[in-house]
Amino acid sequence: MLTSICAVIGFPLLGATINGLFGWKIKRKAHWVAVPAIALSAIFALRLFSQVLAGHTFVGDLYPWLVIGKLHVPIGFQLDQLSVFMITTVTFVATWIHIYSIGYMDHEPPMGYARYFCYLNMFVTFMLVLCLANNYVLMFVGWEGVGLCSYLLIGYWYEKASAANAGMKAFVVNRIGDFGFMIGLFLIYKFVGSLQFNDVFAHAHEITPAMATIITLLLFTGATGKSAQIPLYVWLPDAMEGPTPVSSLIHAATMVTAGVYMVSRSHALFNLAPLSMEVVATVGAATAFFAATMALVNNDLKRVLAYSTVSQLGYMFIGVGVGVYAAGIFHLMTHAFFKGLMFLTAGSVMHALHGELDMQKMGGLLKKMPITAITFIVGATAIAGIPPLAGFWSKDEILAGAFVHGHKVIWFVGTFTAFLTAFYMFRLIFLTFFGEPRDEHIHEIAHESPPVMTIPLIVLAIGSALVGFAAILPHGGVAGFLNHVLASGHHVAEAAEEGGGVEHMLMIISVIAGFAGVGLAASMYLKGVPNPKTLGSTFKPIYTLLYHKYYVDELYFFLFVNPLVGGSRQVLWKFVDVVLIDGTVNGVAKVCGWIGSGLRYIQTGVIAHYAIGILGGAVILYWLRLLFG
Amino acid sequence: MTTVLPVPNLAAIGPEILVTVLACGLLLVDLFIPKDRKRAVGILALAGTVVTALFTMRYWNYSATTFSGMFVVDNFAVIFKEVFLFATAITILISLRYLEIEKVSLGEYYALMLFCTLGMMVMVSAADLVVIYIGLETMALSVYVLSGFMRFNVKSSEAALKYFLVGVFISGILLYGIALTYGVVGSTNLNAIAETIKLKGLKDNPVLMIAMFLLAAGFGLEIAMAPFHFWAPDVYEGSPTPVTAFISVAPKAAAFAALIRVFVVGIGLMAPHWQVLLWVIAALTMTIGNVTAALQSNVKRMLAYSSIAHAGYMLLGILAANTTGLAGVAFYFFAYAFMNMGAFGVIILLRREGIVGDEVDDFKGLAHTNPMAALLMVVFLLSLTGIPPTAGFIGKFLLFSAAIKAGFYWLVVIAVLNSVVSLFYYFRIAQAMYMGEAPDSSIPRPQGAPSLTVAIAIVGILTLFFGIYPHHLVELAKASVTTFIPFL
Repeated sequence: MLTSICAVIGFPLLGATINGLFGWKIKRKAHWVAVPAIALSAIFALRLFSQVLAGHTFVGDLYPWLVIGKLHVPIGFQLDQLSVFMITTVTFVATWIHIYSIGYMDHEPPMGYARYFCYLNMFVTFMLVLCLANNYVLMFVGWEGVGLCSYLLIGYWYEKASAANAGMKAFVVNRIGDFGFMIGLFLIYKFVGSLQFNDVFAHAHEITPAMATIITLLLFTGATGKSAQIPLYVWLPDAMEGPTPVSSLIHAATMVTAGVYMVSRSHALFNLAPLSMEVVATVGAATAFFAATMALVNNDLKRVLAYSTVSQLGYMFIGVGVGVYAAGIFHLMTHAFFKGLMFLTAGSVMHALHGELDMQKMGGLLKKMPITAITFIVGATAIAGIPPLAGFWSKDEILAGAFVHGHKVIWFVGTFTAFLTAFYMFRLIFLTFFGEPRDEHIHEIAHESPPVMTIPLIVLAIGSALVGFAAILPHGGVAGFLNHVLASGHHVAEAAEEGGGVEHMLMIISVIAGFAGVGLAASMYLKGVPNPKTLGSTFKPIYTLLYHKYYVDELYFFLFVNPLVGGSRQVLWKFVDVVLIDGTVNGVAKVCGWIGSGLRYIQTGVIAHYAIGILGGAVILYWLRLLFG
Repeated sequence: MTTVLPVPNLAAIGPEILVTVLACGLLLVDLFIPKDRKRAVGILALAGTVVTALFTMRYWNYSATTFSGMFVVDNFAVIFKEVFLFATAITILISLRYLEIEKVSLGEYYALMLFCTLGMMVMVSAADLVVIYIGLETMALSVYVLSGFMRFNVKSSEAALKYFLVGVFISGILLYGIALTYGVVGSTNLNAIAETIKLKGLKDNPVLMIAMFLLAAGFGLEIAMAPFHFWAPDVYEGSPTPVTAFISVAPKAAAFAALIRVFVVGIGLMAPHWQVLLWVIAALTMTIGNVTAALQSNVKRMLAYSSIAHAGYMLLGILAANTTGLAGVAFYFFAYAFMNMGAFGVIILLRREGIVGDEVDDFKGLAHTNPMAALLMVVFLLSLTGIPPTAGFIGKFLLFSAAIKAGFYWLVVIAVLNSVVSLFYYFRIAQAMYMGEAPDSSIPRPQGAPSLTVAIAIVGILTLFFGIYPHHLVELAKASVTTFIPFL
């Protein structure tokens, strides 16, 4: 099995290496390297899936990486129900996005084309490392690696200043999360003495509850960065500056789910810390709700999808936070299909309209690009939770889990958000594909995309429609499969059985919420009752607040960026360097000027100051020692 | 009455003899080489350095003490000597063309570099404060000259003078520390100092505490740890870039090694005192280095401040005072030699007729004009930031986990926070390379001389290799610090 695992990771790595080193020669044929690489990886992943399904799992090392005292950190992999579920989803969705990219990126200059496919393969490699690692450090390698690729791909169109800045923002915000992750890692090492998943989870109970809470909260900080949760979600909407297939693959289907995966992987630790679980679920619910409200009024096609992604990630965290990890991971998978699909369709629209993203200028595109429109509607129906499409099953499992485990408020927020989700998604559909065209010119140039783009759309649409049924397969469906790994010591199964009758009720409520959202959107944007414009001006304060995304970016700028930049400039630069050093220097230089004119030219003043600084420093340190000794 | 001096074991100082002969030989050979062929001297120096490095490897597990216990050859000394020789070899490679562009291609340059290396080699093998001082002065004198080697360049001359004056000042402080130690303990031999402190219970002696501060300040200058770092940015910016690359790695490593030997072996019993001292210094050094680096637009200056910050990370290893920590320092110096010299190598690559190439703006569009160099620079920057899978990550991981093991939680929090912040300024360079507009085509494209390309490629590959497969180097680093186990 180790060979197969190496093949799964190795093929994209090979593809990235070839395109990276010889891209200048391969140029426009880069996809002939990248697509087979990822497709082979997907085939091997499927093979592994069938093996795991037959009951074979694997934990083993390739070679020792770091050995420090008793701490062994290998390059080693863990293949179980959870990781195989992840890699199959990742490689499958990624393959279709690679194929789609051939069509989408065809206007790119040849060098950029090879560079793009190199990054895309590299991204998949790191994502697979993240999912397959058998220890936290190797997971961290993947974790940082996907962050790096995301940065490179967001800034892919570096000629646009906004793209370059968005890339930087993503990287920096993610690093804040990484800080938590790293500290958490070191604490695990300190208190368990190992960073291998199996050892850590086996000895997790030796950690005091308080320490477990601290560790899991730190890990969750990392997750909020990578998975764009409050308060670190701000980078994801800006990440839409990247090419759309990248948004689809990285910022919807795979990388952003890394946090959910990491929390699920660490469930043995989280189970020890009820407080952390509470935090995870609450942050998830809050993010789901706020992100959905921001999507209500946005007119940018991709940004609506971005906020929707943030919101859906919130659902996944509700799932893992209330202890139904399997439901969270299941939603991760269904979301990968329908959100990946919707981004690709948005890309198809963008491709046809030469980069136009403003929904207010669209309308009536259904006839011009039927495949794009219909596949989008499938995706939107899935996310809106309309049965029997994928989103219905997974979202329902999460909400039912929340209700059954006694998180009634979170259940309510989640259900209300489901209503909002259905509304903004169908608002998007009605504005874009239905009604009268609002911009003649744009309507004129619209055309259906080539088959290389539409076939992936159709495949993913079929997936979005059908993967939900995995929930009702024999042996407990997806939950039964994942709970081999995730259910340890938790009372999920019993709780779910107790609430059999309640569950049907909940299901009906969430379906009603979904249909209500669709209905309201239809009435507002097809019939104009109530008129969106008058509604907007009636509730102007709320509308403005939502339109400006609660002013969070501005707040962060005011709170962190300005003081940091200004502070270091004012205090360290202006005060220490300019006032203290230069001031002293100039002062001393004047004194020196009296003493001798010759010495002034070699800036003895500076040296004298340095000497004073050194002596003064030593004295202060000595004094500190006496003070604290 | 005659005193019979014991005959020293000359075999033990084989590498030092070799370097001395080589350096003197180069000076002689230089006389016979015409002015436009000075490159030959460099190549000869390079060959000599490589031979010495290979020869020094034979001293692994050699373990000897000679010159009446003043000079030790242990694995710790050997591993650091390899760091110096590696740094010297790479510096020679990246110097060859640079010196020609700057029109200071002189044979003495290479001889001075080897004298400097000799000083450092003596420093790490010294088991006596006086010998450490001799080594340090040999090293420092050569570096003063090297940093002012572009004698027609005002900045370079100023750098040399500044370095010299501060160096002389600190030399006095160091000597004063040695004198105080001698006054209290009655010996300058590190083992004897340790014995006496133990027997007489001097570990809380106030005079010895002052001596400890003075010694820390003395080594702290070469390490460029706060608050003894003021000189570093000026000197790093003014010196010829290959020299900057060299002094940011090798003398720093030598001073670290000496600091480890003096603090762990000599005054190891005073650990509770110097741990508090180094705690404050490490936190200050990291923070000042990183925050100030973020404000620089000159890459040499930025790397100068960043090298201050890296010294702060490495102090964690000494502070932890366990094998992982000390081995971490040794490993980190290899990693640091790879990544930092690589980064400076790329700056040299940008130096061409009419362009100095050390401003962040000079990196704009490098990804188009020289994609390979840009890619390698990203590797170096990732490694400097501590992002896997690079050697820099492994080094930081070793140091931080050692400090965690020793219980310095808050310091590790500060360190991790700092390494997180450092991304911000390192990636300004990456951003310029990949996302900046390339300058118009009238300016010559950055093209490396073969020697420079080889050097950058070597360190680039090593940076990645030891990130992916660090096992053996970590083992060697751990084996090198077994000397200190009795003192920990």
